[in-house]
Amino acid sequence: MVNLALAWAERYGAEHPEARLSVTGGGSGTGIAAMINGTASIANASRAIKAEEKQQAEANGLQPVEFVVARDAIAVIVNPANPVARLTIAQLSDIYSGKITNWREAGGQDRPIVLLSRESNSGTHVYFLEQVVRQGRKDDHTLFAPETLLLPSSEGISAEIRQNPNAIGYDGLGYVTPDVKVIAVAGNPAGPFFLPTIETVTKKEYPIARDLYMYTPGQPTGAVKDYLDWIIGPEAQGIVKELGFVPIR
Amino acid sequence: MTPRNLREVVIESLVRAAGYSAVVFVGLIFFFLLREGLPGFAEVSLPALFGSRWYPTEGHYGLLPLIGGSLVVTLGAAAIAVPFGLATAIFISEIAPRWAREILKPLVEILGGLPSVVLGFLGVLVLAPFMRVLLNLPTGLTAFTGSVLLAGMAIPTLVSVAEDALDAVPRNYRDAAVALGASEWQTIWRVTLPAARSGVLTAVMLGIGRAIGETMTVMMVTGNAARLPTTPNSLFLPIRTMTATIAAEMGEVANGSTHYHVLFVIGIVLFVISFIVNLAAGAVVFRRPKRAERVLS
Repeated sequence: MVNLALAWAERYGAEHPEARLSVTGGGSGTGIAAMINGTASIANASRAIKAEEKQQAEANGLQPVEFVVARDAIAVIVNPANPVARLTIAQLSDIYSGKITNWREAGGQDRPIVLLSRESNSGTHVYFLEQVVRQGRKDDHTLFAPETLLLPSSEGISAEIRQNPNAIGYDGLGYVTPDVKVIAVAGNPAGPFFLPTIETVTKKEYPIARDLYMYTPGQPTGAVKDYLDWIIGPEAQGIVKELGFVPIR
Repeated sequence: MTPRNLREVVIESLVRAAGYSAVVFVGLIFFFLLREGLPGFAEVSLPALFGSRWYPTEGHYGLLPLIGGSLVVTLGAAAIAVPFGLATAIFISEIAPRWAREILKPLVEILGGLPSVVLGFLGVLVLAPFMRVLLNLPTGLTAFTGSVLLAGMAIPTLVSVAEDALDAVPRNYRDAAVALGASEWQTIWRVTLPAARSGVLTAVMLGIGRAIGETMTVMMVTGNAARLPTTPNSLFLPIRTMTATIAAEMGEVANGSTHYHVLFVIGIVLFVISFIVNLAAGAVVFRRPKRAERVLS
């Protein structure tokens, strides 16, 4: 999410030279801790605030206010020639951890599966690892199979998917091009299966999606309020789309 | 001191400084690598560094898949570039008529000026899909695709330097060989090529040096899967090289973290490898000529 926060701050700073913004990375926990300690005016987080964090903030006399500023959905994509149209999270986990290596075992043709992923330091990779490969289990230490191809760009992934019927990949919904096939995903083995769209993501039906938050230590005022108003406005939400996330409206 | 002498002194010291600066820079680079990389050896135990799993964000720092990946790609590239490059150099220098040579050499040198990212695009969009279908592989993003492109990059350097070396062999060597009844091929293989040996070897080393240090192209076409290449068919499977790992991960890594230090350890390994390659080349190039060779030259 740090890319998004940086892009916002950069554009806002260019338009409002009087506003002084600085963005620091480090993860959701770092941001919320900084807000609790009073060193940050806004905490960006890709997860909701935890109960104990809320208690800490209240102990410091703060009432954190939550804003959903964007949504992040990950689309699973294959070559249009691949007959597989739907997969469960458990199947995706088996595929990406290397337990299933042939499309036949996932209801497809007799072809080897070629795994594509973004580099391990991208937020998308980490989210996919936690939510899909480890199926959201904290104590699970499953990793991507060593055979996974780590491609440096979204373009690299879609280029390979476009021409290779063996390949499976994932990427932010905003990066998906029309010449690849998007897989419908179900959280439970029984279904229902959902395709990622702005609608299913907003309704929280599509399972590989999350809200992105900003927290302020109390009801925002002054410059912080101006900034947050701008964030949910059309221009900032346009940046959300450019970076491959789902805008909130 | 006369002005003329003064000028001599100034120029001489400038030339000397330029000569020493190369050594100083290499020393400084090595010092910097050590300073940033040595903490990595303290933070990650040696057995862990020689592990077979590279997954730095989860604390797996095994370098073997990366070292193996770089070796597979580089050896593959050398196996393609050396025969093709030498053959091209020999053709241009010894066989082609003068007019063809005037055209061919500049053309080959232009090829050497192609930016590597352009070759990478060509690899991703054309060569990789072609290789997948041609060789019936699961994916075209393999070590072999990388080797072919790297060979394409190494060949211009190799041809240019090797051709200069062959060209520098005195004409009377060839005349003498022909006078003794040697065929054109015998002259090239037994006389010209051995006489140009040190230049040709430098050409090969420069070519291989370009291949092992190349980053952008391999990052785009080799798939970057940190899989330990243990079987011979690894040449036709995705691999991850040391250079691509540094390039892909350095941008996002937290300064001073274990991951950061281990990336510099990779840098040290690369430095040591290229040092060994150069040392080996030097040992061959600078070895004492045989008596017969001394008499001839």
